[in-house]
Amino acid sequence: MNAPDAAVGPPPGRMMPVGLMCTALRPVLGRVVRRIAAHHPEMFARIAPYETADFVIVPKELPFALHLRPEPSAPMLRAVPKDRLPPFHACIEGRFLLLLELVDGESDGDAAFFSRDLTISGNTEAVVSLRNALDDIDGSVAQETADLFGPPGRAVLNILRRRSGRQ
Amino acid sequence: MNETSDFSAAGELVCPAGTPAALRTAVDAGADSVYCGFRNATNARNFPGLNFTAEELEASVAYAHARGARVLLALNTYPPAGKVGLWRDAADIGVRAGVDAFIVADMGVAHYIAETHPGARLHLSVQAAASSPEAIRYYCQHFGVRRVVLPRILTIPEIREIKREIPCEIETFVFGNHGLMVEGRCSLTNWLTGQSTNMDGVCSPASDVTYEREADGSMRSCLAGFTIDAFGPEENAGYPTICKGRYVAPHRPEGYYAFEEPVSLNLGRLLPELMAAGVHAFKIEGRQRSKSYVRSVVSNFRRAVDDIRAGAEPNLADLVALTEGQKETQGAFKSKKWR
Amino acid sequence: MELTLGPIAYHWSAEKKRDFYARIADEVPVGTVYLGEVICSKRAPFFERELPEVIARLERAGKTVVLSSLAEVMLKREREATAGLASLERPEIEINNASGLFARRGRPHRIGPFLNAYNEATIAWLAGQGASHVCLPVEMPSEAIAAASKAAGALGIGVEVQVFGRAPLAVSARCYHARAHGRIKDNCQFVCEEDPDGMPLSTRDGGAILRVNGIQTQSESYVELLDELPALQRMGVSHARLMPQDVDMVAVAEVFAACLAGHLEAGQARDRLGGLCAGTGFSNGFYHGAAGYRRIERIGAAASS
Repeated sequence: MNAPDAAVGPPPGRMMPVGLMCTALRPVLGRVVRRIAAHHPEMFARIAPYETADFVIVPKELPFALHLRPEPSAPMLRAVPKDRLPPFHACIEGRFLLLLELVDGESDGDAAFFSRDLTISGNTEAVVSLRNALDDIDGSVAQETADLFGPPGRAVLNILRRRSGRQ
Repeated sequence: MNETSDFSAAGELVCPAGTPAALRTAVDAGADSVYCGFRNATNARNFPGLNFTAEELEASVAYAHARGARVLLALNTYPPAGKVGLWRDAADIGVRAGVDAFIVADMGVAHYIAETHPGARLHLSVQAAASSPEAIRYYCQHFGVRRVVLPRILTIPEIREIKREIPCEIETFVFGNHGLMVEGRCSLTNWLTGQSTNMDGVCSPASDVTYEREADGSMRSCLAGFTIDAFGPEENAGYPTICKGRYVAPHRPEGYYAFEEPVSLNLGRLLPELMAAGVHAFKIEGRQRSKSYVRSVVSNFRRAVDDIRAGAEPNLADLVALTEGQKETQGAFKSKKWR
Repeated sequence: MELTLGPIAYHWSAEKKRDFYARIADEVPVGTVYLGEVICSKRAPFFERELPEVIARLERAGKTVVLSSLAEVMLKREREATAGLASLERPEIEINNASGLFARRGRPHRIGPFLNAYNEATIAWLAGQGASHVCLPVEMPSEAIAAASKAAGALGIGVEVQVFGRAPLAVSARCYHARAHGRIKDNCQFVCEEDPDGMPLSTRDGGAILRVNGIQTQSESYVELLDELPALQRMGVSHARLMPQDVDMVAVAEVFAACLAGHLEAGQARDRLGGLCAGTGFSNGFYHGAAGYRRIERIGAAASS
């Protein structure tokens, strides 16, 4: 298990303290991951050897990172402050929109890696398994997630996409 | 086995699928044929989280057939003695699932399918390394092979010469990973990792790959603890495959790409010449790549082939962003100088 | 189990080869000697004139001579060389490429390590097509060697395993010797002759791991299966192959012969071999199903026997 990357610090000047933001996101993210798991049970077979592994996903321009553990019975997704990352097996870092596109099968992870837009560390096989599991999902996970929250959800997704697109 | 499969149209586009979703993507993007494999050592892309179960294969064949596309099952590794049963079972499952052809490399596997499933169509994998008319004819004569996937080491004039002397179709790679070694004859991965390309279906397995980031943003790519390459902060990167690593030799103390630099094959501009030389099918590499890669590459080559068939100049979009090292080559196909 | 001497993989001068085989004929306790250019067809003409005399010399000394065919066959001269070899009545031939099988048309022959005879199904097929002897691929682990030997034994054909020398790891259409010197294959000027034991390749932060030999890539360390000889014998492996390296091969063969005859313990034999191959490491990882470069100590050998 790798130690958290201390070089990743919190971005300055946000309205809400990051810790509070992470706590506020907790029920929402929990609902998201349970929903994805319920709708796409087949993906767990592809990641079975790593179902108790800890993945940390670091969107470069967001104040927090995501901590994912793809356990079929109790999938976990939570926001964590970037300066307090949990120990992880694998870490994936890139622009938020790129990460979103990767989840949705709109971008190619290898290409993003070749161009150095995507950085991975820790257990490479775990990352490859997660990528392949997600890639077998038809349709947009992001859209599905946004739809879960109705018009406000879709609005948030649009804002995120626009904001990331500008960077 | 689907006896009605129509493989007759030249310019067939043979596309990769590592998951059922990628297979549907390839079919929807215009693939004539899609190749895939089981989730075990019976194929050369035995990667974590990738490939098909028997049930997934059956459903995928149905999806493809309903849309006029074919499914080719890769059984293109070499069973080690004592484990041949796994390959035989895979062939039997493939027949039951109704796949349109098997891509084989091992003579024992080819012989088994030819004997047990005489109606089955056999394609000779690039892993068989058949690069002369005589070698190809051996497989045609004894196992009824109907198509050879040529090693990526021949020039177009050489391909034209081979076509004149063989009784089967030719398939060539046109895009994707550019392996440097004669495929099916490479034990480099096994030397460093203990996992064999021929017997286990892996090449630089992810389980042995690590990326070490330095403080200045540079990155070392390692295989089983051996440094295969290092990239500056802004430099485009590649997989840590041994044949694309940078090494030091007595005459090259500065370090150099002893075999090849990280680069991908793209023969988009040579498609008309390849067709004129008698190439029947174009293969896109990348079962380990994403749906997004499959969608872009397949739809682009679909348009190009359709343009050529309509007598127009093919108009290929820029695919360099998808290539390793963000660099393309025409490899051996354009000139003997590559050797 | 009988010792054999595999074909010389490197581009040694005709004179060096002639002297080498003169010593082999007179002094070396091996029953079978494989001759011929297996790696690069450009090198073959240099020794072709000498071959008949070398064959005669070795046969006079009581050796079985076998001519080995090219591993890679693509160009016209390679196709012709393979067809020419396949047309010979004697000596015996060892085929390393399917084009040779095609040309041989079922007449008796041996199967070389580049032909990928990995399993009992393929071995049975090849035996049915005239193969009298199979040299297994170097990367096979002991369990597979055992199963393959059993099958070969049942078919009444010989089975051979490399027990000494650099592991052949890959071949390519591109010449990496030429590339290292800024040349291409057609203009190589036979620069590979400068490296009679291959050109070392090191990682940029570590030691040598590979050797370049023209279009071939080999291991840096030598495969060495002294400890494993008894197990190989029990499995039914009939022949143990020594690959010629640029060391005192007479002495190397004597060490293996003494070990096989029980005159020398494996540990002592390895010490002696270490002295003969100073500066080069030994590996047996492939045999033990581990990374090829590894050296698994005796406990592993005992467990697998």
